[in-house]
Amino acid sequence: MKNRSLISISDFSREEILFILDEAEKFEKRPNQKILEHFVVSTLFFEPSTRTRLSFESAANRLGARVIGFSDAASTSVKKGESLKDTILTVSNYCDVIVMRHPQEGSARYASEVSPVPVINAGDGSNQHPTQCLLDLYSIRKTQKTLENLNIAFVGDLKYGRTVHSLVIALTQYNTTFHLVSPPELKLPSAVKLYIKERNLEYFQYTDLAEVAGKVDILYMTRIQQERFADPLEFERVRNSYVLTNALLDHSRKNLRILHPLPRVSEIHTDVDDNPKAYYYRQMQNGVYVRQAILSAILGAIPMK
Amino acid sequence: MAKQSIRKELKVSAIENGTVIDHIPPKSLFQVIRILNLDQIDHQVLFGTNLDSQKYGKKGIIKVGNKYFESEEINKIALVAPTATLIVIKDYTVVYKSKVEIPDRINRIVKCFNPNCITNHQDIPTLFYVLDKEDLKLRCHYCEKTTKKDDIRFV
Ligand SMILES: [Zn+2]
Repeated sequence: MKNRSLISISDFSREEILFILDEAEKFEKRPNQKILEHFVVSTLFFEPSTRTRLSFESAANRLGARVIGFSDAASTSVKKGESLKDTILTVSNYCDVIVMRHPQEGSARYASEVSPVPVINAGDGSNQHPTQCLLDLYSIRKTQKTLENLNIAFVGDLKYGRTVHSLVIALTQYNTTFHLVSPPELKLPSAVKLYIKERNLEYFQYTDLAEVAGKVDILYMTRIQQERFADPLEFERVRNSYVLTNALLDHSRKNLRILHPLPRVSEIHTDVDDNPKAYYYRQMQNGVYVRQAILSAILGAIPMK
Repeated sequence: MAKQSIRKELKVSAIENGTVIDHIPPKSLFQVIRILNLDQIDHQVLFGTNLDSQKYGKKGIIKVGNKYFESEEINKIALVAPTATLIVIKDYTVVYKSKVEIPDRINRIVKCFNPNCITNHQDIPTLFYVLDKEDLKLRCHYCEKTTKKDDIRFV
């Protein structure tokens, strides 16, 4: 994996994904190791995302790497009309790997083609966010002790959520049964369902959250955004009907864990935060270990056998 | 018999040297003219549409004198007129004849339908993978979104 870019989750094979998850587990046990001491990581955030940036920077710092970059394109020459190519070629002189987030789809793929150093995509518009996908897989495997044969529910905005799309596609490799809960106007796109069908896996669609709570191992909650609705009343109605509460979890499986890519708005009641089945804060912490594994693999510090 | 074939030929005259694009679906004829910029060139251009075709019922045909198309132009023809046949004429003789073919990859010539695709914001040549040649679907190499037949626009 040394010097390879990570743009889309499909850039990594099944074996490579499992390698990253195994290595992340080691970093969870020993998060502070100076194995990237002689490396410089740049974090180029052409649009702000504090959570993702801090997670990458924490990962790099714990491994002894130095971090340079910007958190918002407003203060850079990008604002003056510099092309993405020129920004990437300039920054690549100063670092060993580029972590970038950009508001336009395809920007990271393009950057990886012009950059002499590897690029890690930390989100390109509505397209891909592969490190989120890997930390989700890590969290699922960690809580269920396996990735195979699980019943996984996705709840909320399944139409526009790139996190959901990537994770569904990645999970089709592990004989997952999918439970898709959304209002009719936010159903999973047929292009994504095609991946499920191609593998002959089962999927069930619901509009009522109460129907799935007792059937699944993982409940993956997502935010429903107001801008998806023309009618604000319709938004209120939908939003209020997709709120996870402790009562809904009464008859859930013992091994059930609740995931959420965060930030959360109202879709998980705060009472659930103290429920032992709530896993979303740990999920975020897992992001650091997974990003440590990705940075180390790409910089060649942990060779894959 | 002989009389009839002469009359048929007169509908669109023969050319000495150049290219004939035959079997164009009639509704795509003017689109082919447009994408090849045939309304801008100085060469002789003859065209006919809604002509009888044994294979397709009705067809369109274009003849361009002294012009031979590049592979990028031929790919464009394939995208809008997949049934077309390309015939190269030298000295009134057919020297090459072949159906156009939709390639597996389409480079540079098509615009991405996704307005938020990086290729629509920076000076980047586009690249698409052809997912379906029958019901034309192209996947953008960059933004990974699909552009369908009716949404295809040329750069
Ligand atoms: Zn695109």
